[in-house]
Amino acid sequence: MRYLIANWPYVGELFLEHLWLTLSALLIATAIALPVGVILSRVAWLRTPVLGILGIIYTIPSLSLLVLLIPFLRLGYRPALVTLIAYAQLVLVRSVVVGINGIEPAIIEAAKGMGMNSWQRLLRVELPLALPVMIAGLRVATLSTIAIATVAAFVNAGGLGTLLFDGVRSSNSEKIIAGAISVSLLAVAANILFRRAEIWATRSRGPT
Amino acid sequence: MSMIVAERLTKQFPGESRMAVAQVSFQVEPGELVVLLGPSGCGKTTLLKLVNRLYEPSAGTLLIEGVDVRSMPATALRRRIGYAIQQTGLFPHLRIEQNIAVVPRLLGWERQRIEARIDELLDLVGLPRSYRRRYPRQLSGGEQQRIGLARALAADPAIMLMDEPFGALDALTRTRLQDELLAIQRQLRKTILFVTHDVEEALRLADRIIVMREGRIVQFDTPLNLLTRPHDAFVRQLTGADDLLRHLSLMTVAMALTPGTPPASIANLPPLAPQDDLRTALVRLLATKAEGLPVGSNGQAQGWLSLAVLRQMLGEI
Ligand SMILES: Nc1ncnc2c1ncn2[C@@H]1O[C@H](COP(=O)(O)OP(=O)(O)O)[C@@H](O)[C@H]1O
Ligand SMILES: [Mg+2]
Repeated sequence: MRYLIANWPYVGELFLEHLWLTLSALLIATAIALPVGVILSRVAWLRTPVLGILGIIYTIPSLSLLVLLIPFLRLGYRPALVTLIAYAQLVLVRSVVVGINGIEPAIIEAAKGMGMNSWQRLLRVELPLALPVMIAGLRVATLSTIAIATVAAFVNAGGLGTLLFDGVRSSNSEKIIAGAISVSLLAVAANILFRRAEIWATRSRGPT
Repeated sequence: MSMIVAERLTKQFPGESRMAVAQVSFQVEPGELVVLLGPSGCGKTTLLKLVNRLYEPSAGTLLIEGVDVRSMPATALRRRIGYAIQQTGLFPHLRIEQNIAVVPRLLGWERQRIEARIDELLDLVGLPRSYRRRYPRQLSGGEQQRIGLARALAADPAIMLMDEPFGALDALTRTRLQDELLAIQRQLRKTILFVTHDVEEALRLADRIIVMREGRIVQFDTPLNLLTRPHDAFVRQLTGADDLLRHLSLMTVAMALTPGTPPASIANLPPLAPQDDLRTALVRLLATKAEGLPVGSNGQAQGWLSLAVLRQMLGEI
C-alpha cells in the first residue's frame, strides 16, 4: 500500500494506459464481432467452422500469442491490441449468435409476416432482443481483456502489468500488491457497470 | 372478383417425400370468413403461409384480387395482409402502442394518423387506451391475443390470416374472443382465412369451411352443409355428425334461412332473430307445431325458417 500511495501519479498513468488498451481493444473487437455474429446467425453452415477457429485462437496461451506476433508487429501497443481483439472474438461472436438465435421463433415469424425486410428485422427486433445476452458476453469479454492486458506488459505495451513484471523481477512485493489491487479495482468496477447495463436492458421490457 | 384464388397450389418441403399441401384449388370471395379445418399436420399452417409467402409454393399459383402474389415483393405483399398467430409473436421489447404501430410505420404513415389508429384499434378489440404504454408481458393471454388481432388489423388490410389465434386460451376466454371476432367481422367485412383444428370453433365462426386431410381439400362448404351433407366418412367423423344437436347450437338461424315473405299462416307468430342458434329455433319450432317461424329483427321480416327444410337437412344424415 505504501508504494501505491507514494507513487500514485505513476500508478494512475499505468491505470489509464491499461484502461485505454482495454477500451480500444473492446471497441474494435465489438465492431468485428457484431457483423460476424449477425452473419453467422443467418448462415447456419458457417457457424461451426467459424466458431471452431475462434475457439482454437481462444485456447492459445496469451503469452505465446503475444510473442508470436512480435516479428510482425514489433513490441508495444500493437501486438497487445491484436491479441486482445483476437481473444475477445469467441465470447463476443458467440453471444451475438446465441442472442439472436435464442429469440422465440414466433417473434421472428411475426416480424416477417408483417412485412419487415431483413434489415428492419435485425435493427428493430433481433438486436434489441439479443441485447441482454450481448451485454452479458461483453461483460465476460471485458473481464478477460482486463486480465490479459496485464500480460501485455511483457511486450512493452504498458499498463498495470508493468508493476507486476517489475515487481517480480526486482522482488518488490509492494509493487506487485499495488498492481494487483489496481487491476482488481478496474475489473470489479467494470463488472458492476455491465451488471447494471444487463439489468437495464432486461428491465426495458416492462416490470413483471 | 374473388379475393383469393388458389390454383393447384402445392408445397413439398425439401427432403420430404409427401406434399404438405397437394394441388389445392379454391376461391374465397371478398368479406368471407373461411376456416381451414383439419387434424394436426394436415397442412393448414403451410397453406396459410403460402398466401403471405412465408413459404414459396413448389407448384401452382395464388392470385389476390386477380394478381399473382409472386409479381410483387414479399414484404409489400405481407404489409397488405394481416397476420395473427397462436403464440401472438408480440414484440416483448415494444410497448403495446408500438406493437400495434409496426405495419403503419413500415408503410410510412404520418404520426398523427398512427396515434389515432392505435386508439381506434384498442377500442375495437375492447381494451382500455391506458394499455398503450404497457408491455406485452404485463397483459393476460387473452389480452395479448386481442393486441395480436389489433396489430394485424392496424393498416386496415383487406385480407387477414389467422393461425389458431385462440388455440392457447381457456375455453371461456376463447368463446368470448370468438364472439368479438364475429362482431368485428360484421363491422369490417374482412376476407379472413382462419386456421383451427377445433370443430366447434369452425362451426361458430365460418361462413364456409375448408376441410383438409393430408394436404388436400376434402370438402369446401358451409357449416350446415358440412354437417348435413358430409362428403365422406372422414368429414362425418371430423364434424361429429352424431353430435348434431350440440353442433346446431353453434350455428345461427341465418344459416338456414328461407328468404322472402313468410307464409300467411305463420306470419303472426313470434319471430326468431337471425342470430338465434338453430337448436333453440328447432325447439321452438317443435313446441309451436307450426310449419315454420318468421325470422326478423325489429319487426322486419327477413324470411322464415321452415321446419320442412330443417327436417330435410337433418334427415339426410
Ligand atoms: N418447415 C417445414 N419443413 C419440413 N416439413 C414441414 C415444415 N412445416 C411443416 N412441415 C410438414 O408439413 C406437414 C403439414 O404441416 P402444417 O402445415 O404445420 O400442419 P397443420 O398446421 O395442419 O398442423 C406436416 O407433415 C409437417 O411435418
Ligand atoms: Mg398449424
